[in-house]
Amino acid sequence: MTQNLSIQSITAHYGSTKVLEDLSLEIAEGELVSLLGASGCGKTTTLRLVAGFLEPTSGKIELGGKDLTRLPAHQRNIGLVFQNYALFPHLSVAENVGFGLKQRGVSGDVKAKRVGAMLERVGLGHLADRLPGALSGGQKQRVALARALVIEPPLLMFDEPLSNLDAKLRVDMRVEIRQLQRANGTTSVYVTHDQEEAFSISDRVAIMHAGRIMQLDTPEVLYQRPANAFVARFVGFENLIPMDVVARDGAKITAEMAGGARITLSLEQFGTIPDSFILACRADGLAVTDNASVEGIPTKLGLRTYLGRAYQYQCETAAGHLLANGPLTRPLDIGANAKLVPVPEQCTILAPEPVA
Amino acid sequence: MTSKIHPALIVFTVFVFIFLVGPLVIVIGSALSNTTYLTFPPQGLSLRWFENIFAISAFRRTIITSLQIAFISTFIALLIGIPAAYALNRYRIQLPGWLSTLFVLPVLVPELVLGFALLKNFAAEFSAPIFLSLIIGHTLLVLPYVVRVISASLASFDFSIEEAAISLGSPPLKTFFTILLPNVRSGVIAAFILCFITSINDVSISIFMTGPGISTLPIQILAHMEQFFDPTVASVSVLLMALTVGVMAIVERTLGLTFLAK
Repeated sequence: MTQNLSIQSITAHYGSTKVLEDLSLEIAEGELVSLLGASGCGKTTTLRLVAGFLEPTSGKIELGGKDLTRLPAHQRNIGLVFQNYALFPHLSVAENVGFGLKQRGVSGDVKAKRVGAMLERVGLGHLADRLPGALSGGQKQRVALARALVIEPPLLMFDEPLSNLDAKLRVDMRVEIRQLQRANGTTSVYVTHDQEEAFSISDRVAIMHAGRIMQLDTPEVLYQRPANAFVARFVGFENLIPMDVVARDGAKITAEMAGGARITLSLEQFGTIPDSFILACRADGLAVTDNASVEGIPTKLGLRTYLGRAYQYQCETAAGHLLANGPLTRPLDIGANAKLVPVPEQCTILAPEPVA
Repeated sequence: MTSKIHPALIVFTVFVFIFLVGPLVIVIGSALSNTTYLTFPPQGLSLRWFENIFAISAFRRTIITSLQIAFISTFIALLIGIPAAYALNRYRIQLPGWLSTLFVLPVLVPELVLGFALLKNFAAEFSAPIFLSLIIGHTLLVLPYVVRVISASLASFDFSIEEAAISLGSPPLKTFFTILLPNVRSGVIAAFILCFITSINDVSISIFMTGPGISTLPIQILAHMEQFFDPTVASVSVLLMALTVGVMAIVERTLGLTFLAK
């Protein structure tokens, strides 16, 4: 039933504006992949192209090996869940859920049975006769989910399905969505701008920017080993320090940053290091110490904030503003001279950003 | 709990009601008068002026004509106006802004000018049949109302509802009838009522389009008044009101109910 989705070098325009550029994406059977990015990054466009509401300028979309690219939307057999639920206001909950079955010629007892069973699965059996206007946001989204699932589509797509719900419900619903998706094993595309949501429910996440996929990986890899500066900033790497290698010595290199501070990095830890690179880490990746004799980035400490597990310092350095954490056992004062020592396990090496 | 109402507000409200309801009361009163001239309050009660309407063949014919024209032109206007309003709203971003203004232009032009222009450049130019000219003139007159009213209904319609139906396997045209139309039902009813009333009461366009043999009721009322000053005019007016209200009631019932039964 479930099928793999293959998007092959799709380019799309709105009028003369290019919104997607040569985008390719392979989603395996039963996999849930999120498209994550700020508004205007092309994630919704991608979803609408697959749904058939937009046509690509070039490229190909295949579902289970079948070419969908020029197939009308109503023949694609894809389950869609919308941000604003998009329930039919004039039809009851049961009629909403049964709508897709009706289009497929399923009627009478068979239809009633399948609708009833699906409503039970989403816990709304008792509301079958209500009109959508009488439901809460969470209930509406459950009806929308049931409506998309009951046709047993080979592909499910979610367009920011939880952004109209309050925070608590959002967490509950995303667990519910993931459980239903897992149980059915339906291949799914999930569009969202919420990083936590994407990371928590996805097998893989595609981080998008300006019509391209910047990185497609498991949440773990994205979070710990972003592939480029954009993704690093996106997943919360506060410190991106451009550096140049000044000496290579077997398994070690010495690199210099703006202002002349030097650090030594082990190739064993980082693999190959290009002559010019960016050392990237979160605040956790820079340890603050007042031991002047260690090798590190000299700084004058700024504001100290308490995080519970550590103290965080705003640090002014010759290479710009950095964030670093220090131990709870040794709070340091504003204005103190200190050194920031990169913690290799928390750091990653990125290619320098192209000059814009 | 007492709510304070300013005495001036009461006086104001009473005056508004007098101005709204007063003329109707006077017209209905005069229609029932037993005199041979228009007068109010009625002197002696009689239905003879209602009988007189049907005794005059011109009234009989023009009532039929007016109803035909009102129904046909309203129907055509809905047929053109609903898809137009749909397209204007659905593709608002892609379409140029002046396009929606185009559909309200007939309202901006004085009706007399519109009527005269139609006469000179269409009816006279092509010696078009009178009935056809009337239909075209009235369709033009009421089309802006359809586009405006349906657009207002569609402004609050979430088009992802339509996409949801399509994604579930309903072809676009079928979706238009099963999903979109039921959700703008009240707009369609409102548009129908507005169009019907506008058409059946129209003088300024009809006066140019009518000709030998074919006339509309309001034009016939004018013609009759030029020669007679009897209460027939008042009774026709009452009849016109009753017709309008009757049609509205039927539309509200039938259109409302059929749409509800999907």
